[in-house]
Amino acid sequence: MNIQVRTMAEMLAANESPEILFWVGCAGSFDDRAKKITKALVKILNQCKVNFAILGTEESCSGDPAKRAGNEFTFQMQALMNIEILNGYAVKKIVTACPHCFNSLKNEYPGLGGNYEVIHHTQLIQDLIYSGKLTLADNGTFKGKKITFHDPCYLGRANDVYEAPRELILKLDAELVEMKRCKANGLCCGAGGAQMFKEAEKGSKEINIERTEDALQTNAQIIATGCPFCNTMMTDGIKHAQKESTIHVMDIAELIANAADL
Amino acid sequence: MHQLIFGVLALLSTGFFAFNLYKIAQNIHLGLPLNRSDQKAKRWKTMLLVALGQKKMFNRPIAALLHLTIYAAFVITQIELIEIFIDGLSGSHRYFQHSLGAFYTFTISFIEILSILAFIGTLAFLARRNMLKLPRLNMKELAGWPTKDANLILIMEIVLIACIFTMNGADEAALKLHSNLSNDFLISKSIGPLLFGGIDNLNTLHILEQVGWWGHIIMVFAFMNYLPYSKHLHIFFAFPNTYYSKLEPKGQIENMPSVTNEVKLMLDPNADPYSTPTNDAPAARFGAKDITDLTWKSLMDAYSCTECGRCTSVCPANITGKLLSPRKIMMDTRDRMAELGNYKRKNGKESQDGKSLLGDYISKEELWACTTCNACVQECPINIDPLSIIIDLRRFLVMEEANIPSELTGMLTNIENNGAPWQFASNERMNWSKEE
Ligand code: SF4
Ligand code: SF4
Repeated sequence: MNIQVRTMAEMLAANESPEILFWVGCAGSFDDRAKKITKALVKILNQCKVNFAILGTEESCSGDPAKRAGNEFTFQMQALMNIEILNGYAVKKIVTACPHCFNSLKNEYPGLGGNYEVIHHTQLIQDLIYSGKLTLADNGTFKGKKITFHDPCYLGRANDVYEAPRELILKLDAELVEMKRCKANGLCCGAGGAQMFKEAEKGSKEINIERTEDALQTNAQIIATGCPFCNTMMTDGIKHAQKESTIHVMDIAELIANAADL
Repeated sequence: MHQLIFGVLALLSTGFFAFNLYKIAQNIHLGLPLNRSDQKAKRWKTMLLVALGQKKMFNRPIAALLHLTIYAAFVITQIELIEIFIDGLSGSHRYFQHSLGAFYTFTISFIEILSILAFIGTLAFLARRNMLKLPRLNMKELAGWPTKDANLILIMEIVLIACIFTMNGADEAALKLHSNLSNDFLISKSIGPLLFGGIDNLNTLHILEQVGWWGHIIMVFAFMNYLPYSKHLHIFFAFPNTYYSKLEPKGQIENMPSVTNEVKLMLDPNADPYSTPTNDAPAARFGAKDITDLTWKSLMDAYSCTECGRCTSVCPANITGKLLSPRKIMMDTRDRMAELGNYKRKNGKESQDGKSLLGDYISKEELWACTTCNACVQECPINIDPLSIIIDLRRFLVMEEANIPSELTGMLTNIENNGAPWQFASNERMNWSKEE
């Protein structure tokens, strides 16, 4: 299936306006693994005929890693530039598959003049299913599979979204198995706070390996996440444990797209 | 004579306590302003649930129950203190016993039950700390004074309870010996004769009762004055500290207004680059180097911390052997605050001792290990926020000193040059939509 994406600029030129903006994020735009998540989400949006647009080349880093690294200047520069563009297009509602963008846009942009309704893609997919726009094919893709969900810190603890991704997993006719540290007690994958972009400090273990062990203990065949950075960290952890042939790390959007035969 | 000694002792210890509290308030005022006076209803609710209701303690049910016994005994025994004060000042004996009758018997019995429970709780806490060696209570940042402090408090607790039962028990035994009557207090009714039944000298029993009475009140005074030097201060600060909790989503980090001004100026083509600032106040520092650059709430957090280490036990950095421990961040902040506060009281408000929280107490290795995951904030039973201190210190490292791991410099340059943390051209941002 070919994906259909339009930019805000194209829409404006055609005198149209989308009901929602899909904020792709840097990982979703550039990281090879995360691009697959982006496309899975677009397939779902296309399937449900959601009237959406992206900023395309006008999008820029939300500034999250800069802020968490302590560089408030770079963060606010990015935020103010993004806000100018978003406000220029009179954007009201934003969906994103990156919890870091989600958190910045939702919580930190309002104070700088950017007020939008921001939702995580798992919340949007949940809405699509509830409203009957998306139905999952009865193809048994995940029947009898064990799936565990790794809570991204910036979705869970940071913003108290725990249920949307879990409800989607339950829709898959799969068995949801929880790790011993889950939800508010979930352990970080190790990527947050700009750690993604640097070597870890000296220690006895990598955080993603510690977290992958939690996941392995559940005997799940699929580790589901809702964050491109968690995805990278958990994928690396699984490789380190040499389990990549039996255990897969997947985003909720990919699981749903599979189950909907997209 | 007794009354006089009691009066002087009461006056001295409350006075000294008030003086110490004043110093603590002064130290907290060394922090920067922060407005937390909004959303009063929500704040009260948070305080009632988290501090009074100890909601977050119950994530670890056994510790929560043990803690609850001591907490309940502590709060309820304060009622008895009213009578002790009246007896102490007027020379009466059990001032309320006659007027309150059965209710008095009930109240004291209730206190006795709680005291027994607290006694068990305290012993269990001592055992857990010193015999079971619970990892989070035996980490290196607790070596020395913090460990002694914790044990001392527990031992004081035990002495205090022993005094209560010596007092009530000897009283009971004396009453029985003298007129074969009983106070009918639930526990001392049996403990009294058991411990002191063998003594058939009224005078001795009377002295024992006095020893218990004085011991009790002296322990209370001592405890009160020990608090300001101890992690045990949380019994007071838990309340204001939860009241002034951050109510925004945990992921939200405040946008620094001082930066907003500068960035707006940079982005606004109409701003006059040669305009000079109208006020000649020294430019604010970006981020925190010392406790005077932290907000008063971070400082109150530090006084509230009870060094339980729950935060550290869930910190991904600490779990994987990194130097960072959120508990240590709080302990360091408090120690530095006490140090600087004392220095400034001696040498004047504007004086500087040449030391700072960053560097002398907290190293950048600790700071750079944080993933900003908020696990510590989530876990703290009294809503302390170590992460906000970590971010403030990082901000100073980065914005004032450009002291930052080189990979992060690369990431920041990429964001500034091409709008992404990696080296990809911004005009390639949409390529994914055309790739197969
Ligand atoms: S926010 Fe930082 S200090 Fe707190 S638990 Fe996470 S990594 Fe540790
Ligand atoms: S910050 Fe909170 S959780 Fe951590 S040691 Fe202090 S009181 Fe305990």
